[in-house]
Amino acid sequence: MTDTEMIRTENLHKSFQIEGKPPLHVLKGVTEHINKGEVVSIIGPSGGGKSTFLRCLNLLETPEEGQIFFEGVEITSAKVDINLHRQKMGMVFQHFNVFPHLSVKENITIAPTMVKKIDPKQADEKAMELLNRVGLADKANEHPSRLSGGQKQRLAIVRALAMEPDVMLFDEPTSALDPEMVGEVLEVIKGLVKTGMTSVIVTHEMGFAREVSNRVLFMDGGVIAESGKPDEVFQNPQNPRTKEFLSKVLY
Amino acid sequence: MEYFNNIVKILHDYWRVFLITGVGYTLLLSLVTVAAGSILGVFLCLGRMARFKPLNWLVMAIVEIVRGTPMLLQLYIGYFLVPKLLPFNVPEIVSIGVALVINSACYVSEVFRSGIQAVDRGQTEAARSLGMNGKQTMIKIVLPQAIKNILPALGNEFVTVIKETSMASTFFVGELMTSYLIVKGRTFLTMECLFIVGVLYFVLNFVLTRLLGVFERRLKASD
Repeated sequence: MTDTEMIRTENLHKSFQIEGKPPLHVLKGVTEHINKGEVVSIIGPSGGGKSTFLRCLNLLETPEEGQIFFEGVEITSAKVDINLHRQKMGMVFQHFNVFPHLSVKENITIAPTMVKKIDPKQADEKAMELLNRVGLADKANEHPSRLSGGQKQRLAIVRALAMEPDVMLFDEPTSALDPEMVGEVLEVIKGLVKTGMTSVIVTHEMGFAREVSNRVLFMDGGVIAESGKPDEVFQNPQNPRTKEFLSKVLY
Repeated sequence: MEYFNNIVKILHDYWRVFLITGVGYTLLLSLVTVAAGSILGVFLCLGRMARFKPLNWLVMAIVEIVRGTPMLLQLYIGYFLVPKLLPFNVPEIVSIGVALVINSACYVSEVFRSGIQAVDRGQTEAARSLGMNGKQTMIKIVLPQAIKNILPALGNEFVTVIKETSMASTFFVGELMTSYLIVKGRTFLTMECLFIVGVLYFVLNFVLTRLLGVFERRLKASD
């Protein structure tokens, strides 16, 4: 490992067993690395393995084959306590997954106080600071059912940030949002990226991917079909499949 | 009118049999069944959802057998089997109670399981992605949400238990339906006795459902 490396995957394979059907081979040998401070967007058609790849990075999906190294540690090894490493990998989901039975503030403080045993008062202060940052401070004591989709996703982002992760994983963070709320969530992610947060973003927002990323990965058929600087990939794609995909989504 | 007079007379002569013995035993039997059944139900549910597969199968088999055979048959088995398994003498009501508890536990375990599984998988994923372990996720994230799914179905189960204890009258253990048998045997006034017992069952269940309703609203208000 070089000291600039954050995540490295070696030959990841993942298939899903569905009863009565042949197994669905979703990842077919993905070897990739993500450096510290890098912002990597993953684009590609549905079913191409983008989300599965991202979910493998913090082992929400367990790959059948291959290895994942995070900050130099092989987290796919059976000896590793994955809970420790997940603390340093924030994740934001397509469907927000905020905790409906907790207040907005408790959503943020529960993991730091429970997992990292941070003093509740300190966690509270930190939570308010984060809520301020995304303009939700006045909602601190409400329940998430009172929030709009965009507000829920902003909450989900700061909930992950409260653990002070080294990398953030975004799984289609704006796909479930009403169009008018996409902007506010992308703004928050943009602001975060500017602070130098290493980020991996699975997205269908091509303009956004092009604007914020250092590198774009095009995934199709369970492999990374193309990888490069955003301008290169978007303006001059080398792989015919990338060309075809981009011609369909950039109209 | 005669009918009404008969009821008053029966109540006057036998109110102790109905209200003290009958309602008393029915409540005792129901409360024990519900309490012990819920606790045993939690363990069955844990076994059903455990990662150790043979335990899953064992619990599944027990639940399927209990659900697939008549309650009355289970009471008979309890009535004859429990005294044989224990080295000391037990009252009949205990043998019957054991059967009731096992029966209720199986239904309750399924209620718990469906309530837990109804909580969106994304909740677990979000908690785990924050570094919480399986136990923390279950206790702090999944169970508090599952309770709200579980409560109405659990209330139903409690009402069912109260009514099912009537089957214990087959063994003359003294609950409400037994008091019907006793008083009818002495007065030969079948319809009047049935009416009294029916009203008492209804009142018990009506009060219980109201109480559960209040409890559910309280939980909802905390949202």
